[in-house]
Amino acid sequence: MTTPATHIRVENLTMAYGDYVLMRDLTFTINRGDIFIVMGGSGCGKSTLMTILIGLKAPARGKVFYGDVDFWGAEPEIRDRIIRRAGVMYQSGALWSSMTLAENVALPLETYTTLSPKQIREVVALKLALVGLAGFEEFYPSEISGGMQKRAGIARAMALDPEILFFDEPSAGLDPVSARRLDDLILELNESLGTTMVVVTHELASIFAIGSNSVFLDVSKRTMTATGNPRQLLADSKDPNLRLFLTRGEESAL
Amino acid sequence: MTAPGELVLEEVGADTLRVVLTGAWQLGGVLPVAETVQQQCASRPGVRQVVLDGREISHWDSGLLTFLMNLQKFCARENIRLDTEGLPAGARRLLALATAVPEKKDARQADERASFLASLGNQTVELWRSAADLLAFLGDAVVAVMRLLAGRAQYRRADLWLIMQAVSAQAVPIVSLISFLVGLILAFIGAIQLQLFGAQIYVADLVGIAMVRLMAAIMTGIVMAGRTGGAFAAQLGTMQVNQEIDALKTLGISPMEFLVLPRMLALALMMPLLCLYANLMGILGGMVVGVWLLNIDLIQYYNETARAVGLWNLGIGLFSGFIFGIIVALSGCMRGMQCGRSASAVGDAATSAVVTAIVGIILSTALITIVCNILGI
Repeated sequence: MTTPATHIRVENLTMAYGDYVLMRDLTFTINRGDIFIVMGGSGCGKSTLMTILIGLKAPARGKVFYGDVDFWGAEPEIRDRIIRRAGVMYQSGALWSSMTLAENVALPLETYTTLSPKQIREVVALKLALVGLAGFEEFYPSEISGGMQKRAGIARAMALDPEILFFDEPSAGLDPVSARRLDDLILELNESLGTTMVVVTHELASIFAIGSNSVFLDVSKRTMTATGNPRQLLADSKDPNLRLFLTRGEESAL
Repeated sequence: MTAPGELVLEEVGADTLRVVLTGAWQLGGVLPVAETVQQQCASRPGVRQVVLDGREISHWDSGLLTFLMNLQKFCARENIRLDTEGLPAGARRLLALATAVPEKKDARQADERASFLASLGNQTVELWRSAADLLAFLGDAVVAVMRLLAGRAQYRRADLWLIMQAVSAQAVPIVSLISFLVGLILAFIGAIQLQLFGAQIYVADLVGIAMVRLMAAIMTGIVMAGRTGGAFAAQLGTMQVNQEIDALKTLGISPMEFLVLPRMLALALMMPLLCLYANLMGILGGMVVGVWLLNIDLIQYYNETARAVGLWNLGIGLFSGFIFGIIVALSGCMRGMQCGRSASAVGDAATSAVVTAIVGIILSTALITIVCNILGI
């Protein structure tokens, strides 16, 4: 097996809101083709870590590298260009509420490609069909359910065939079957397109089903305590907090 | 009717205090407080153990639990052993659950009571910061306009048309009413004074110049600040709450061009038209008073108005309208973009947008008036 290429490298990252330090000394690597899980208890800064990775919030200290490029040290234009190769699915979908699903998915295509309107329509229909929303083109976000909004959010994130997809709590607020389908979709896209996936979640079922690599943020220690394949971590780790998390609290602190 | 909750203290040996709880320990009634036990312990420093006896408790709810929580906190602080064996099993389990996760000490927001000087300093710093934000926003807006002129701005034409319709045609009824009434009021006030000199005809001059040069623009501006500025702030604020603006940013689409630019453009283009229309309605309002109340001939009133109102007046009025349109749009959009992530933040943004717009309108009116005065126009 060849050594996988590094996609994102995080070095000595500290996240803070003003004086309040959320997490410090985060160092980990996301490889190309990984399904990388960012896990940890509520309020540990999972979502904040994602906002730093996608360029919405600057880190207090430390560096993020996309390939060889220092993401936060670079000019805003370069940052824009890097993040355009990424797609983001927000926790609540964050679809533009004044536009139909088709228009939502079409906007990135209209902005960054020279496709004809007919081609765009076809691509939009394809992406919506991929997430199981064929026929919902003319619906507004407020007219469909929360789970459908999340899937439409994925369709929009996939519009430009990104190299990396970010998911903020994809299965939160979904029924078990929909959550499972979403996991399958993430796995399928990862396998067939080779897209790197970064998934922020605390759903154990998802973590073990799809994760190939992960980082665990320990809220009590204010830093990461483990990184690696989640199933491997469950088998090997001796860290009581991590075991508590991965076994849903059944294995109490030893 | 069950007996209310009561508490009896019994001393068992030198180091043990027995607390017997009886009756209904339910919220809403008068319940004993944990301080009673604390005082007893304080008066007898030898107490090392508190034994609770709850066999006589008939009913209980959160009232009992809050009492127990307070007692437990006190005992932990004073290193006194708390024996809960005698309590109802349910209450014991809930108490254990409530204390399972230790209180996070630094999670509580520090209760800061800043001194007068400190808060004055903070507010001054805040003022500077908000002034810097305003300038940054203005700068971004100018850059967006430049990109528009260069033909490179990203926005949807359909959005522009929709917003234009919302800020013009749909505003006509309220602008008609307000400007007609303002014209009417001006005429009434003028008429009373001018009648003293037998110079009723000059009501036409008064209403015409006041409306065309100033009042139409100001009244339309204020109506639009309340109607449209607040709406813009609420729209963008809600988009901020839903992370829709984040979604734009991560796609590399500038919210400034995509959201702010069409709104600014629509108001800047439509406000002069609304002003022109408000001029007509205001003059009509004055004419109603002039013709019916002061018995001025209709043609005479018209001629007098046409003679008094010069092109300069019209130009200044429409220019003011244009500026007010930009002010209303920018303050609405700015407050919306600065909005926090909660429902009340959206409300604050809408309020603040209207206030900012009205202050901006009045300030720029003063500025325009002074400049015109200096230039002698």
